[in-house]
Amino acid sequence: MHKPAWSDQLGEILNSAASASLLPYGMGRSYGDSCLNAHRELIDCRRLNRILGFDEVTGIVRCEGGVTLSDIISVFLPKGWFLPVTPGTQFVTVGGAIANDVHGKNHHCAGTFGAHVRQLELHRSNDGLVLCGPGENPRLFQATIGGLGLTGIIGWADIQLKRVEGPWIDAELVPFQSLSSFLDLSRESDGRFEYTVAWLDCFAGRNARGIFFRGNHSTEVAKKFRAKRGPNLPFAPPAWALNQYTVKAFNAAYYRAHAASKGTSLVGYDSFFYPLDSIRQWNLLYGKQGFLQYQCVIPQENIGAIEEVLDRIAHSGMGSFLGVLKQFGTAPPAGILSFPRPGLTLALDFGMRGEKTLALMKALDEVVLQSGGALYPAKDARMSAAMFEASFPRWRSFVPCIDPKMSSSFWRRVTEAQ
Amino acid sequence: MSMTSHATHASAMQKVVVLGATSGIALEVQRLLAKKGCELLLVARSPQRLAAIQPDLIARGAGQVLTCAADLTAIQHHAGIFEFVRRSFPDFDTVLLTYGTMRDQKDSEASVDVLLDELLSNYVSAAALLTLFSADLEQRRTGCIAAITSVAGDRGRRANYVYGSAKGALSLFLQGLRSRLHSCGVKVITIKPGPVQTPMTDHLPNAARFADPKLVARDIVRALDRRSPDVLYTPKMWRYVMSAVEHIPETIFKRLSF
Repeated sequence: MHKPAWSDQLGEILNSAASASLLPYGMGRSYGDSCLNAHRELIDCRRLNRILGFDEVTGIVRCEGGVTLSDIISVFLPKGWFLPVTPGTQFVTVGGAIANDVHGKNHHCAGTFGAHVRQLELHRSNDGLVLCGPGENPRLFQATIGGLGLTGIIGWADIQLKRVEGPWIDAELVPFQSLSSFLDLSRESDGRFEYTVAWLDCFAGRNARGIFFRGNHSTEVAKKFRAKRGPNLPFAPPAWALNQYTVKAFNAAYYRAHAASKGTSLVGYDSFFYPLDSIRQWNLLYGKQGFLQYQCVIPQENIGAIEEVLDRIAHSGMGSFLGVLKQFGTAPPAGILSFPRPGLTLALDFGMRGEKTLALMKALDEVVLQSGGALYPAKDARMSAAMFEASFPRWRSFVPCIDPKMSSSFWRRVTEAQ
Repeated sequence: MSMTSHATHASAMQKVVVLGATSGIALEVQRLLAKKGCELLLVARSPQRLAAIQPDLIARGAGQVLTCAADLTAIQHHAGIFEFVRRSFPDFDTVLLTYGTMRDQKDSEASVDVLLDELLSNYVSAAALLTLFSADLEQRRTGCIAAITSVAGDRGRRANYVYGSAKGALSLFLQGLRSRLHSCGVKVITIKPGPVQTPMTDHLPNAARFADPKLVARDIVRALDRRSPDVLYTPKMWRYVMSAVEHIPETIFKRLSF
């Protein structure tokens, strides 16, 4: 593990490395092996975390790749600026957000994180420092957005922040009892609400019940805001504590609790965007075996396939706490390997139960494949090379942009067979 | 110290000179100082690295960030550095010395040149610099001098006694300086961190278990704010650990391998 503290050290790290031996690493929040490099080396970029400049007129911030989104919020929200796009955790780096071209609850109107990167500087082992943007090295720019860290080390990036009045969100909770009512809600909300997402009780099958969350930045400025700091999960519970009955019970309780509090309310940005961040080490919830995430997108034209996915999950009895459903927008992808595309995305986590869990995921893959959908590399630890090929048919055109000294466990897994 | 003087000091602590501004602990301390709106004058060797931290600290709220690129271990440059500080930052009220080096102990055993280098960077140059700065504060009868030494300076250990002896000497120097400046109202704080996760210690075994520099920085900033205590152990448990270590009889201690 290399731990550079200054960008002037990156050249030496790149020079002295063997070919296909390195991978930049940030906060390690990718669920699978896209942030790992088994038996090879990682470059921990978290010390490269400086804000290099900010234009108060345009709202463009230049920051090093290791700056975290939570850092950006804490520095710029008091000045009236917020992230243009944020994933479900603020504990990721800017480099990681670009490399996975992350999306958030505003994908339908703002696109992905990469769409708000104005330019970036890349440290490459073969051609040194390269400035990339829409007007300069556009190919490498598009490869780096969603490029899983394989195109080089992001030295700094210019990010367009967005103006907000304050830290509050006007949020609304709407319970729904079927997939079609979810779709109606989505259609009706996407024009009026900047942020939309739904939590799903995945034990309900195609009669998907859930809670639709929607919100806008509030104009409320007077109310005093204090960031929440929740409990810490001190240890992993034993495996037996999590079974289909307890998870089912959790889902039912979660649905009822939220359905009861339906309606509008003023909530802090942190509890709206980052509910899980408030439980430190929530990932331990799944015990020592851990869990697998599964996030797919089903294209708009085959949206019926999502019912089949939900049915297969319900029948397996292996539901998860957090089923998340979101309607993606139609913005063109910012990167060659960007995951979001027009359609419906579903994200779930499954406690790892060995073969049984893997078999379910394989069964889900079939449906996704048939529908012409895709899986999200940032959440994946097991997709086949064929599934990757189907998800990212353009991946071969990305290959020439890979820095010859970079590689990752994920990349070797999904491409080396081909 | 009375509560009133706490308050006066806290509001007066505004202008900080950091000697060794690119050290791992200094980086975190500076961020906290910036957040409080402090004005900073940063001295470090690399102009590129200073240029990287300057806008960061301004974005995080620092009132002003001046920089001075100079090699602090080169004593012949000290007068120039001090002149620059006095000219461009005349009413500084806090001096924080944060630089140091930790070479492999074995290298110092094998080479007198390496040994002298370690003593120069960790002690001799620090004592020389602080002598210049303390004369100025003494004359103005105000301010605070704080320097990072180490728990390694509390007792000579087989594994790193060269570094330890330099840091121990610096602790003694600060102790005497504190006594000398006491009557004119200038505070001297000896900061003794345990092992901290910084670039200086990355190569050591168990580095992942060392203290988070953010926590250490928080302790340091609180001490600068209160201008107390005289000797700060951080994280706090090291006060108790070292007091136990100091009580191990030498006949036993010399046989220990750490």
